[in-house]
Amino acid sequence: MSEAILEVRGMSKFFDGVPAVEDVNFDLFRAETLGIVGESGSGKTTLARCILRAINPDEGTARFLSEGGWVDLHAMTERQLVPLRREIQMVFQDPFASLNPRMTVQEIIEEPLIIHGFRNRRERQQKLLQILDLVQLAQDSMTRYPHAFSGGQRQRIGIARALILRPSLVVCDESVSALDVSVQAQIINLLEDLQHELGLTYMFVAHDLSVVKHICDRVLVMHRGKVVEAGEIDEVFNNPQEDYTKLLLSAIPSPDPDIPLDPLDRHALGL
Amino acid sequence: MEMEDPIVSIRNLALAFKTDVGVTKALSDVSFDVPRGKVTAVVGESGSGKSVTANCIMRLIQPPGEIIGGEINLTTNDGESYDIVQLDAKDPRIHELRGGLISMVFQEPMTALSPVHTVGDQVSEAILCHRDVSKAVAWQEAAQMLQHVGIDDIERRMKMYPFEFSGGMRQRVVIAMALVCNPELLICDEPTTALDVTIQAEILTLIRRLQSELSNTVLFITHDLGVVAQMADHVVVMYQGRVLEIGSVRQVLKDPLHPYSRGLLAAIPGLNDKRERLSTIASVVGDRDITTAHPLVTLKDGRQISLPASEIPEHLT
Repeated sequence: MSEAILEVRGMSKFFDGVPAVEDVNFDLFRAETLGIVGESGSGKTTLARCILRAINPDEGTARFLSEGGWVDLHAMTERQLVPLRREIQMVFQDPFASLNPRMTVQEIIEEPLIIHGFRNRRERQQKLLQILDLVQLAQDSMTRYPHAFSGGQRQRIGIARALILRPSLVVCDESVSALDVSVQAQIINLLEDLQHELGLTYMFVAHDLSVVKHICDRVLVMHRGKVVEAGEIDEVFNNPQEDYTKLLLSAIPSPDPDIPLDPLDRHALGL
Repeated sequence: MEMEDPIVSIRNLALAFKTDVGVTKALSDVSFDVPRGKVTAVVGESGSGKSVTANCIMRLIQPPGEIIGGEINLTTNDGESYDIVQLDAKDPRIHELRGGLISMVFQEPMTALSPVHTVGDQVSEAILCHRDVSKAVAWQEAAQMLQHVGIDDIERRMKMYPFEFSGGMRQRVVIAMALVCNPELLICDEPTTALDVTIQAEILTLIRRLQSELSNTVLFITHDLGVVAQMADHVVVMYQGRVLEIGSVRQVLKDPLHPYSRGLLAAIPGLNDKRERLSTIASVVGDRDITTAHPLVTLKDGRQISLPASEIPEHLT
């Protein structure tokens, strides 16, 4: 396995004394896709936000291998974090809510460049054209507003905005959940192509286990803020050890009518 | 499929939205039967017209939407038969229809429930709307139905408000509300889309159990082929306001004939080997223009399909 680029140790976050994330430990390796699955309220999004320092965790550390070497994300001031934000980016769930309706596509995708001090207009324009090409959006998209695009196209705009700073780690929070299955397939293929082309590392937060099975190399299963099972994707899906993982997997309705849905009973398992 | 005893029979239904910038056809030439006592799934992506079809059956289309043609023939269990499209807006049969003969379970239980009324009041209101019984009787029947859909500690829960319930519990309340007047047809419009997979499994199991116990007819609207496979006897595939394929669940999911149905199945992740690229609709459909209308043709094996004659396998014609 390649080198680790993120080491999370003992991470906890409490809301009003209630643990949303509790003692989470894991490593993330370069160019892999790590899935984080669980039901709503399991803490998967809170964990992602803690790592990005969108919120500050109460306990624990997250060490990140930046271009300049290892740094402790939680020991840094807001100002020190700014250059690091180039290297860690996020793709959101809702392609309607995550794009400002009053900005053109050019303004949306260029904004990160401006924030991070790319003053040269021509250089920005060049990067913009490159990234549009990479996410397969037409060049004339630039002057239009988000409302003129379909859900799948908007998600491409969100991906372009995340990738224009050439991050090494991309956190995808339910990035394909709001899409129709045919559009979802296109975006999943795009994310995989970009990973190969740019050597990206993905942290893929999702509740859809079929998507996770398809796209991820490893997976963390979260329940009530804790990681209850972690491992290689095939290992966890084919041979789950924990009752909670078994419960999740048994609840997936198969598109084969000959495989009947037979979910495990949460109460019988004591969950 | 010409069903022997359809509860609802839709023929050439057309729906348009008339706006300032022009007319958008939301449904064109939609025809299918909903067989009595069975579960029929309407499957399609956003914009395919599956939800507006359900709204047409309930006569819930509001301006600028307008049904511009076709019939929706309802035949009740008592043998009474009429065309829902032709009912006058003030016809008392519309009131009898909505929530009485036909009721609906919506996607988002929080918006389907009133936040300022208790759960018990809301479920008994459905009874009081349609039957001439006392409040006490309605409350009692509501309690029975809520227990039936798996809500315990019933007297306390009935005095609670929807925000005090979890998503899955709220959806159980909506289902109880829909079933409390013993409808002949239950329309479920994406009832589990907003729920976690474990809760979805519970709700699907519940709907299936209730359907076999009450032997009512279910029209199940969804975009999820996994849900279709687990719930439906018959499947109607819709795309851009048209019906492309109708058949039994096995025919459509195990041996789809229409390239669009094949594309939908191929786009589901997690089925084929990992690291294999997902097929997209475009890669399966190719250059064929599936938006061009072809009339539905009934094949030897009973399914109906919208394809040019040249593309239908010979042994099925």
